[in-house]
Amino acid sequence: MPISEPAKTMSTIPTQPNPIAAPRRATMEPPWVRRLLIGITVGFLGLFLILPLVSVFIQAFGKGFEYYFKAIADPMALSAVKLTLITVAFAVPLNCLFGVAAAWAISKFNFPGKTLLITLIDLPFSISPVVAGLIYVLVFGAQGWLGLYENADHPWFPAFQSWLNDHDFKIIYATPGIVLATIFVTFPFVARELIPLMQAQGRTEEEAARVLGASGWQTFWHVTIPNIKWGLLYGVILCNARAMGEFGAVSVVSGHIRGQTNTIPLHIESLYDEYNFTAAFAVASLLALLALVTLVLKTWAEHKRNAALKLASE
Amino acid sequence: MIFSRQRTVLPGFKLTLGFTLFYLSLIVLIPLSAIFFKTATLTWAQFHEVATSSVAMASYRLTFGASFCAAMVNAVFGLIVAWVLVRYQFFGKRLLDALVDLPFALPTAVAGITLARLYADNGWIGHWLTSVGIKVANSQLGIFIALTFIGLPFIVRTIQPVLEDLDTEVEEAAASLGASRWQIFWRVIFPMLTPALLTGIAMAFARALGEYGSVIFIAGNIPMKTVITPVLIMGELDVFSYAKATALAVVLLVISFILLLLINLLQWWSSRHHAHL
Repeated sequence: MPISEPAKTMSTIPTQPNPIAAPRRATMEPPWVRRLLIGITVGFLGLFLILPLVSVFIQAFGKGFEYYFKAIADPMALSAVKLTLITVAFAVPLNCLFGVAAAWAISKFNFPGKTLLITLIDLPFSISPVVAGLIYVLVFGAQGWLGLYENADHPWFPAFQSWLNDHDFKIIYATPGIVLATIFVTFPFVARELIPLMQAQGRTEEEAARVLGASGWQTFWHVTIPNIKWGLLYGVILCNARAMGEFGAVSVVSGHIRGQTNTIPLHIESLYDEYNFTAAFAVASLLALLALVTLVLKTWAEHKRNAALKLASE
Repeated sequence: MIFSRQRTVLPGFKLTLGFTLFYLSLIVLIPLSAIFFKTATLTWAQFHEVATSSVAMASYRLTFGASFCAAMVNAVFGLIVAWVLVRYQFFGKRLLDALVDLPFALPTAVAGITLARLYADNGWIGHWLTSVGIKVANSQLGIFIALTFIGLPFIVRTIQPVLEDLDTEVEEAAASLGASRWQIFWRVIFPMLTPALLTGIAMAFARALGEYGSVIFIAGNIPMKTVITPVLIMGELDVFSYAKATALAVVLLVISFILLLLINLLQWWSSRHHAHL
């Protein structure tokens, strides 16, 4: 498993009741140690997580509500929101479809090279976002394999290239490049959620449905989907959050044309670089809000998914 | 044919595996191979010159140094946080537990500008630190802070499940044999956590090496001083020197692959280690 969210179990461990008069248990630390460790935890998380989160909203409203809403309703900000939503509308469903297909093939069938395939699916997580953007520039950029707008006698893909020229279809420094880079960085999210879940669930339920006369699609919709829905939702939530917030990879392929190729994070960068901090934080507060919603939904879906996983392992 | 001899009544193997391989090749494998083809257009001397130039070496030292320090600090605090969240009950625990994932959920650009403002010379934390002579904004310390922020969940979330599954009977046995609480932690619990801890450190380190968004705002990107490798790649791209950018990217990519291998080995060790208990 590579670089990404490690799977986490939310099961609440029954901790020992705090005995006041009774002698301390041998497997419990003295009260002063407990208090010290809790203090360090609260202090560290407070400094590194809570303070930054709170400061986003305080800075966003630094010049009052009117300024806040003006910064968000700015045409450039709205066009950034629109581009981000378009990107998500492509990236999330495509990666979702891929995740389900990959998990179905990997969990329901045996074939050689399965471990390698799982490793390759996880690959985008271990690649720097900047490098992720760069590879698309190398393929589709002006000097790349396919984006040879000027170099018409290049032997590679001449038909495709003339089609691109005829239709003035730009990939790099345009929406398609942003969509592709976003798909790349969010590629593993759904698949890596579903693969372990569906592997744990096995294939007996689907086989029973088939033997009882259900068609392949009926089996998938009425047996598999209800079993995996929470894991699927969990993956989609994470995929969506990353797709909306991706910065490095999108920054490489975007070209930063205001009102045209700026996504929300890139618009925030533009505002910040102009020392327009309050407006930058106003737009950033939208993404911070998204992060909070993501955390709530994630905690809830995780709880449901773990219940499904537990059921499967019993 | 191996592929057609499936002993199952389930349909869709060829369709789903076919789509998986097609999509994987189209989105990941083919574009990724472009980087190696592009590097192949450089001679070894050219590649060597770009990859080991003084600017590049300075960026590697900084990126590795800051990533390593951040991973180590996170190892210590992450272990404490995981311990407290698993073992103790206190007010606000569930909220803190959910918030640990904030660095995953918060877009890096937002984290970047927020940390940059907090630690700026006139920022909430920055002005206290400046008054005692510590400069965080536009310094290497700032990069370390940003990398600590993004690395935190990796350590906590890899240790937490192992700690939850730990059998207290082992601790009780050690205690009944006369071990002190501290001895139990160091001699019994800590060795059981080691594989997970190392996996978490490797993951946080690997993530930090490639990090861009949360670092650029606080780093100030001063040449030779606070330019991390991804920023250096970005700089080369801005002036359209694709070959140079690619050479640096290859260095970063090869290191990522080595770390990925290491993490897989650690996890294999970790699961074996766990199975023995």
